[in-house]
Parts: sequence; structure tokens; C-alpha cells
Amino acid sequence: MMSVSGLIGQLFAIVLALVLAPLLSGWVGMCRAWFQSRSAPPLWQPYYLLHKLFHKDVVLADGASSLFRTAPFIVFGCMVLACAIIPSLSTDLPLAPAADALALVGVFGLARVFISLAAMDIGTSFGSLGGRREMLIGFLAEPALLMVIFTVAMIAQSTSVATIVETIAHSEVTIHPSLAFAGIAFTFVSFAENARVPVDNPATHLELTMIHEAMILEYSGRHLALIEWAASLKLYAYSCLGLALFLPWGIAERDNFMALVAAIPLLVFKLGSGGIVLALLETLNAKLRIFRAPEFLGTAFLLAVLGLLVRLLLELKA
Amino acid sequence: MPKLLAIDYLLIAACAWGILGLAGLVAPRNTRFIAKILFPLGALVGLLAGSVALASLGATPQTAVLVIGLPDLPFHLRLDNLSAIFVMLLGIVSAGISIYAAGYFRQGAGTAPGLLCFEYHLFLASMLMVLLADDAYAFMVAWETMALSSFFLVTTDHRHEVIRRAGFLYLLIAHIGAIAILLSFGVMTSGSGDYSFAGMRAQQLSPFWASAAYLLALFGFGAKAGLLPVHVWLPEAHPAAPSPVSALMSGVMLKTAIYGLLRVSFDLVGTPLWWWGVVALAVGLATALFGVLYSTVQSDMKRLLAYSSIENIGLLAVGIGLALTFHAYHMEALAALALTAVFYHCLAHAGFKSLLFLCTGSVLHATKERSLGKLGGLIHRMPWVAWLALVGVIASAGLPPLSGFVSEWLLLQGFLFSPGLPHAWLNMVVPVAAAVVALVAALAGFAMVKFYGIIFLGQMREASLKDAHDAGAWEKAGLVWLALITVLLGIMPATVILRIDAATRQLLGTGLAERLHEHGWWMLAPISPERASYEPLIFLVTIVLSVWLGRWLVHRLYHGRVRRSPAWDCGYHFQGPRAQDTAEGFSQPIRRIFEPMFRMERHFPTARDRQPYYSVKVEDHFWHWLYLPIARLAAWLSTRITTLQGGRIAVYLMYSFITLLLLLLVARP
Repeated sequence: MMSVSGLIGQLFAIVLALVLAPLLSGWVGMCRAWFQSRSAPPLWQPYYLLHKLFHKDVVLADGASSLFRTAPFIVFGCMVLACAIIPSLSTDLPLAPAADALALVGVFGLARVFISLAAMDIGTSFGSLGGRREMLIGFLAEPALLMVIFTVAMIAQSTSVATIVETIAHSEVTIHPSLAFAGIAFTFVSFAENARVPVDNPATHLELTMIHEAMILEYSGRHLALIEWAASLKLYAYSCLGLALFLPWGIAERDNFMALVAAIPLLVFKLGSGGIVLALLETLNAKLRIFRAPEFLGTAFLLAVLGLLVRLLLELKA
Repeated sequence: MPKLLAIDYLLIAACAWGILGLAGLVAPRNTRFIAKILFPLGALVGLLAGSVALASLGATPQTAVLVIGLPDLPFHLRLDNLSAIFVMLLGIVSAGISIYAAGYFRQGAGTAPGLLCFEYHLFLASMLMVLLADDAYAFMVAWETMALSSFFLVTTDHRHEVIRRAGFLYLLIAHIGAIAILLSFGVMTSGSGDYSFAGMRAQQLSPFWASAAYLLALFGFGAKAGLLPVHVWLPEAHPAAPSPVSALMSGVMLKTAIYGLLRVSFDLVGTPLWWWGVVALAVGLATALFGVLYSTVQSDMKRLLAYSSIENIGLLAVGIGLALTFHAYHMEALAALALTAVFYHCLAHAGFKSLLFLCTGSVLHATKERSLGKLGGLIHRMPWVAWLALVGVIASAGLPPLSGFVSEWLLLQGFLFSPGLPHAWLNMVVPVAAAVVALVAALAGFAMVKFYGIIFLGQMREASLKDAHDAGAWEKAGLVWLALITVLLGIMPATVILRIDAATRQLLGTGLAERLHEHGWWMLAPISPERASYEPLIFLVTIVLSVWLGRWLVHRLYHGRVRRSPAWDCGYHFQGPRAQDTAEGFSQPIRRIFEPMFRMERHFPTARDRQPYYSVKVEDHFWHWLYLPIARLAAWLSTRITTLQGGRIAVYLMYSFITLLLLLLVARP
């Protein structure tokens, strides 16, 4: 089952993720600036940032333990794995059986636990505040994400992401109403998980509202670079997961080289449009108070459960 | 010389534990002899018993009859695959705990070490006998021995009133549970007078009586396991007991209750009705959600873990409920999936929860402090304990690639493939139940981050913590053993499931083995790889490889320089340990979001307070809704009854006379 083309495709998918992820963050930042009538930073800005950070010394706080220094690498590793198993170009991924959609949620959970623990490690007020809030968002978002995955997994009769993509891509024009619910819930969850505007704001350092930024305050140099890179990888992974689950058309299937080549511009186009939508939604919304976030994510959770029930009650009966 | 069977070896192990215990009584104050010789020997016995049980998995059941007990009522013993799994769990986990205990127990103010050693090994032996018992009489004797020996272990430090109270509460609920179990056995014999399990299997109970037996068993074993609403002893008894005892109780003893529930509902009582599973499912969900919510708001590290045990028992009940429902509809493949999840979670929880309890023991030894509000930063002083606790924390949070995730994954797969139940209402309830399980799993992560972050990370909250020392060699050995179990259970699920499949097959007639055999040992695909698969080893290797490669590349292409400086914290100058989150502060979001679930007494400071303080006390609703009314009723009834006791002998004679008259009336031939 482990074919050479599969292996090459797998490596290519990982490299593409590593390269495209900062670009996607840069693109979203650019669009946001345009929508807000600001002059936009160049598209390559995230690369400049990574390069600069990798060059700088790591300034480690006095109270930092070994966990603090290990966490960025683990978080980065988790995100690479997530990007490796989500079919972005092709469903022929040798690593895909290693983790299905449920394990994928686990990978994100693992990364979240490590970054929250690292945030608590130095023992500053903002660090533990960030860690606590991140876990709060996490426990609200994770069940919603699982429910979304349950809905699509029931349609595909499988939790393997590759099989889900193949099933949904092949289901012609059949429209599943449950997918609409799941899609909306998934959008909500990805906003929260990627520290985007209604829940968190990646552009702010306003002490009392920040979540993600509060956790990584003490990081610098290559550690910060890895965390920033991991954050863009996460955005990329979520975008690819969303595209794979809800708009899977154009993703190549097993042993089809031409389709793989054709999938690249299509993916770039889909990600680009997704970025515009994301920037637009971020611009149109205001950040919620932290205790409004449970309502926001509770809505996502209920929508996802509703999707599941719609699937069970209406679609299976029909 | 006749060849010894596996069950004979296990009996020898039980005797060996008994002898080790008695040896402790010979020199009750000789701590060196007891700790450094008897406890390690006990660990060895545990290891041997575990290996014997592991080797006997898949073999035909073996029986033995012991001629102790009442005349004409000898002890029947039986080792089948279901018992073997739990004996394996007992042996392997208790080995780690005993090794740890060798370094843990010291001369203290409480029970003498020799007596403790006796109680400890008696506890182990009685748990083994519970698992081997094949008639109600032997079972109840072993069950009561287990309850009593653990009661004395809980009250080791009996000079404190809190601990004595916790012990009595435990004893009370253990006995209420035991009565229910006894009644359940009574119902299952249905008047035949045959108390052996074989006799109970042969009975054809009517649905009403079968349901009565099942519900009584659910209540009785639930009281031991900590299901709602008879969970209240757990958060009191676990913190009161010495840490190895908490580990043994939470890791192993709770599983004997799960064993009992499985034995009754799948083996003894006959074909289940569909709603039995729903009852277990509902109780399990309520227990799991309750347990995890309360564990997030605790400020005492052992209480936090005790509530987390309640949560895990709830998840086990959910799995049992799911398996029972599928079994009732003869969907054996799905029932096998859910039941495998139950067995796996038993093993996983035994490993990681014992590990965590032992870690709190080391913290307690090093700091004399149980309250989270006075700990912090211990990773600097106790790196071994901290990193090993991290293994337990990740497993307990149900995250890959460790053991907790495997069982959660199997359970969720069980939920996912539930549509197709021939019951529309059930089909609708099951996804909602899955949603609750997902919520519980996510909240468990919150509780575990709190547990780990507040104890081991951050700044030290008290100056005295600077003198904390890492665990000793014996303690480390025990912790490493349990961490190893947790990691191995995490990365080799297919191998383990192939072993425990024998028990699933025994209870349901089918298992997961055929489909697992087709793939490599590294792949877990219980139905088919297209449907769902999980390869924890590849998963782990990919993460480790990318961590290592990333590190190597960064150091190679750039540099590895590090400078130290004070923390930045947005330039905020006050960075003392008081600026960190307290245990209460960390869980504030949970208390706020789930406010109706808690009974809180809070004191907020006002602007005019000279000495402002904030306090919060979280109490269990069940005390006020259920236990206190019952206690008040009991107190009221007993005051009424005392009026009978006038203290005059003539009145008492009259009572006897009236009783005699009544008896003559009733019992006339």
C-alpha cells in the first residue's frame, strides 16, 4: 500500500504546508488591511518575521523550565502531523491511516495542552491568564468540532479523513442539509481555534483581552518563530480541513498524477478565497467579551448537534 | 506431583500476600524490614500473579474448590477470561504501587507500619479473591474483607477527625452497596438455594426479576465504583488515605466493582433488556459530567484526582451501557467494540490514575502540602516526578498518543456506528450522549492542565517549597513502571486488544480479533482501515521526528544561543508568586459557565474592607438534596424510637410480653 508516488505526495504535502502556511497568514493580514483601509504589509511579511526571529537570540525568563523550551517544538510537530494527514492535494497519503479525524482533534488538543502548560511555566499573571482562557476556549470548541466530525463521519460511514473526502466528493449533487449545519459550526469553531476576531484578536496586545498572545508573551527568538509558524500551520490545517470536508472537489485521488498537478492551483485559489472571506468576517465583527465566547461556541456546539440529528432523523429515513 | 494450574498459582499468590501481611505483624515497628523486604516481595507476587493471568487469557476456564467456609458450603473459585483481565490489572498495577510503597511508608503518628503492611496485603489478597470467587458466599466474604481492610487503610492517620469521618462515610456506603449486591445475588438464585454462579447462570429469570437483579447490582457495584448518587465517599476517602492506598483504591479497587457489574450483567443474569443499557448510559453520563466539573474546581490535589476518578468511572458505565444496549439487540460486533473500550479504559485508568496519585504522594512527602494554593514550580525541584506526572496528565486528559486516548477513541467509534439501532428514540439519544462524552473529554483536559500547571509549573507559592526534594529510588521505580504501562498501552493498542479479546469473546461470543489480525500490530482498525484507523506509533514517530528535525535544522541553519533574563510580563514590575492564578482563579470560568451545577458559598471583598479577602467554597448538591434529608430523617426517627426506652424495667417486660403474644398469634402452627 505504501507506494513511491504516495510517499512523494506525502512529502510534497508537508513541504507545501510549511511553505504555504505563512503565505496564507500574510494574505489574510493583507486582505484585512485592505478592508480596513490601511496600507497593507507585503505578502511575504510572515517570512521576514520568521527569518528575523530565527536569527535572534532566545531570551529565556529566569523561571523557565525545560518544559518551556520543549513546548514550541512539540506544538510545531503536532501541527506538521496535522497538516500531513489532512488531504489538501491528494487523498493518497501514507500517513493518513496513522490518525483519523478523531485523532486529529486529539493532535490539536495535545498542542493546546502543551502551549497552555508552557504559558503557566514562568508563573506570570498574563501567562496563567492566557493558559486558562485557552483551555476555556478549548473545552468549548473541542466538543463542537467532534460533533462536526461525527456528522460528516456518519455521511461517509468512516472517520478516516481521506475516505470522508472521497465519499463527499463523489456524492454528486446530493445536498446534505446536515452538512450546512456542520459547515456553519465548523466555521465558528475554526474562528475560535485560530484565535480570530470574535473570540480573540491576533493583532492586539491589549492585556485584558488577549488569549493566544498572552500565552506566548515570554517567548522569543526561535521558540517564538516556531510558535508563529505553528499558528499559521494551524490556520492552514483548519482551512484545508474545512475545504476537505465541505468543498472537497478537485482533490486528487489515489495514483493520479495529473489530478495532483491540477489540484495545486485549485487549492491556492480555494485558500485565497477562504482568506478573503476570513478577513471580511474578521473586519465585520467586533471582538466578544471573554464570557460571551461560551455563547458563541455553545451555538456552534448546538448547531453541530442539530446537524447530527438532522442527519439521523431526516436523511437516514429518506 | 500434580501439575499446577494457573488458578493454583493465583491461590498461592493470594496466600503469599497473606503471609507477607502476617510477617509484617511479627515486627510491627521495624520499618526497614517491612518497607525494604516485605513490600518489594509483595510487588514481586503481584507481578507473578499478573503474568500468570496474562498467560491464562484465552485458555479454558479453570475451577477450584476450597474447603474453607461453612459446612456444605465450600468456596468455589473460577478463573475465566473476564477474571483473568482484572487479575492481570490487579497484579501489574499493584506491583508498581507496592514498589513505590517500599519507599513511601515511614514511621508515622498513625497506624504502625507492620499493621499497615498487614492491611495492605490483606487488601490485595481480598481483591484477588473477589475476582476469583465463583459463588455468592465466597464473593461476599472477599468483598467484605476488601471493604474492611481498605477502611483501615483509609483511616491510617486516624488521629485526625476529618479522616475518621471520611473512613466512616466510606464504610457506610460500602455496606449499603454490599446489601444491594447481596440482594441481587439473592434474586438471581430465585429461591433455588444454589448460591454458586453456575447455579445462577442456569436460572431462567422473568424479565421483572432479572431487571430487579440488574438494578440492584448497578446500585451496589455503583456504590463501590462511585456512580451518582452514591459517589460522596470517594472525594472524602481518597484524600484521607495514604497515597499508595489512594492509588490502589482508585486504580484497582474501583475496577473490581466494574468487574462485578460486568459479571452480573453480561454473565449471570441472562439476556439483557434494551433499557438496562440506557439506564447505565444515563447514570454514566451524569456521573462523568458531574465528576469532571467538580474535579476542575477542586483546590486539593487528591480531591481533584478523586473527582477525576468519578468521571472515569462514569465513562466506563457509559461504555457498559452502550455494550449492553447493543448486546440486547444482538448487534454483537458493536457490543464488542464498546466492551473492548471498557476493558481498555479499565487498564488505562488503572495505570494513569495510580501514577498520578503516587505523584501526589511524592509531592506530599516533599512539601507536606496538599492544597494547590500552596504549591507551584515543583518541576525545578522534582524533575523526575514532574515529567512522569506529565505522562499521567496527558493520558488522563485523553490525548494521543497515550493510553487514555485509545479507550476514548474506541468509545467514540462505538457511538459513531450506533445508528442502525432498531429504536428511533435511542438513535436520537445516542448522538446527544456522544456530545456529552466529547464535552467530558475536553473538560478533563482543563482539569488536568490545572492540576499539572498549578503543582509543577509557575513560581513557588511558598518559600518552604525551595527545600522540596525529588522522589527516592523506590518511589521513582514505581512511578516509572506505571508510566511505562501508560505509554505501552498508548502505543500498542492492537497487541493489547488481541489479548483482552478473549474476555470480550467470552461475554459476547464475538470479538475484534479477526479484523485486527489482518493488519499489522501497529495499526488499530477495529472495523476496517477505510472506516477508522489509528496508528499511535506512527503518530508518535512523526511528531518526534518533526520535533527532532525541526530542532536540528534550526540549530544548524541558525544558532542555538540562549540568554537568561527576568520575565517580561508586558513590563509589569510585580512578578511575585501571588500574581499567578490560584487554583480557584484557574477554575473561575468553569464555575461561572456551569454555575447551577455547584453549590457555592462565596465571600467577595468590598471597596471599604480593611483586610479584603476572597473565599469560595464549593459543595456538592447531593449532600443537601439527598444525604442531609436522609440523615435528618434518621435522626428524627431515632428520637421517636428513644421514647420507647423509658428506662423502667416493668415497661420493658411489658414489651417482651406483647411481642410474645404477637408472635404466638402470627406463628401459630
